[in-house]
Amino acid sequence: MESLNIFIKSIFIDNMVFAYFFGMCSYIAVSKSVKTANGLGLAVIFVMTMTVPLNWLLNEYILKPGALQWISDTLGGIDLSFLSFIIFIAVIASFVQLVEMVVEKFAPGLYNQLGIFLPLIAVNCAIMGASLFMQERAYPDLGQATAFGVGSGIGWWLAIVMMAAIREKIEYSEVPAPLKGPGIAFIITGLMGIAFMSFLGIQL
Amino acid sequence: MKALNSKNWQYFLGPLSKDNPVVVQILGICSALAVTAQLKPAFVMTMSVVVVTAFANLIMSLLRKGVPGRIRIIVQLVVIAFLVILVDQVLKAYVYDVSKQLSVYVGLIITNCILMGRVEAFALGNKPWPAFIDGVANGVGYGIILLMLGFVRELFGSGSLWGVRIVPEAWYIQNGGWYANNGLMMLPPMALILVGVIIWVHRSSNKDLIEK
Repeated sequence: MESLNIFIKSIFIDNMVFAYFFGMCSYIAVSKSVKTANGLGLAVIFVMTMTVPLNWLLNEYILKPGALQWISDTLGGIDLSFLSFIIFIAVIASFVQLVEMVVEKFAPGLYNQLGIFLPLIAVNCAIMGASLFMQERAYPDLGQATAFGVGSGIGWWLAIVMMAAIREKIEYSEVPAPLKGPGIAFIITGLMGIAFMSFLGIQL
Repeated sequence: MKALNSKNWQYFLGPLSKDNPVVVQILGICSALAVTAQLKPAFVMTMSVVVVTAFANLIMSLLRKGVPGRIRIIVQLVVIAFLVILVDQVLKAYVYDVSKQLSVYVGLIITNCILMGRVEAFALGNKPWPAFIDGVANGVGYGIILLMLGFVRELFGSGSLWGVRIVPEAWYIQNGGWYANNGLMMLPPMALILVGVIIWVHRSSNKDLIEK
């Protein structure tokens, strides 16, 4: 039940884009057409679903204060949490590299669709942000961490696809010249963020 | 080579306005929006980013001939992560309260696109000293936008600057006055709208940046 709650919450209330501005760079740059936005969004869901639980395990059994207790009592006093940035980013970067190689080998069609986006994901702050939030909020078990990872990914996908749909329509509108492109994209995102605030307080 | 000849000076001035990382290159938005509800965290974040961009550019420029192209992303991430860990430990030691306020956003400097963007676009093809200047300038250009946002959001959102009260207490409605804070300024969406407005103003005065 708690996992479901976290899942819904991370899609709508704590949405990666609208509440925390994660992954804004690719969000603004890649939201010009629904098709490419959808491709990137799906890749983000996949990578987040994999890296958040993986980093949760690393955090739980290696990084957090006292985590090495399971090896021996003398190691229990060690606090490796200062290493978490470098471990998390290494996991993300190598996972993205791995996914890229696997997809290239076994599903060349998908690779051609996603190809250019996969390397971009390694430096998408939404992925790293999800792992860091997972650490900060200290989810007690793997199930909740996974629910958070999947939910955040879906939230990001939802945001970028909606944004791309709006931007495809706004091509035909008379936007003041200096606002064209990123300017109007920011303002629309702000308005969408206000709309998403109406989900505040939903509790399952 | 003079330390600041005209070419290096151009590298420094470009990112401040014409080639600003936030409003023109659209890089590093995440943290620019999240940490600017108040001026102080915005300033601390600026300083951290200046330090990290400058040294990441310097180190990658020194390493540029020794790193094979295939593994350069990993090498860049390791160099950047190393610098960010240093900054994070310093912040925790000296300004603990701000470090708590910035929470995950310090760690997110690693994936701040300004860093990767500048290392890829500039440091890998230039000598260490210009790369260092480019790093500092992009950090400062990023900081200018952060401080502008922090100034507006803190002044209108909570009536203070740097934690010091600007709007007199007696003006507030609850004290019998006429003034109320604009609570919307403190919320995330308003930061996005403000960046949109800054882009609008910036492009109105730099016509050649306008998209067709």
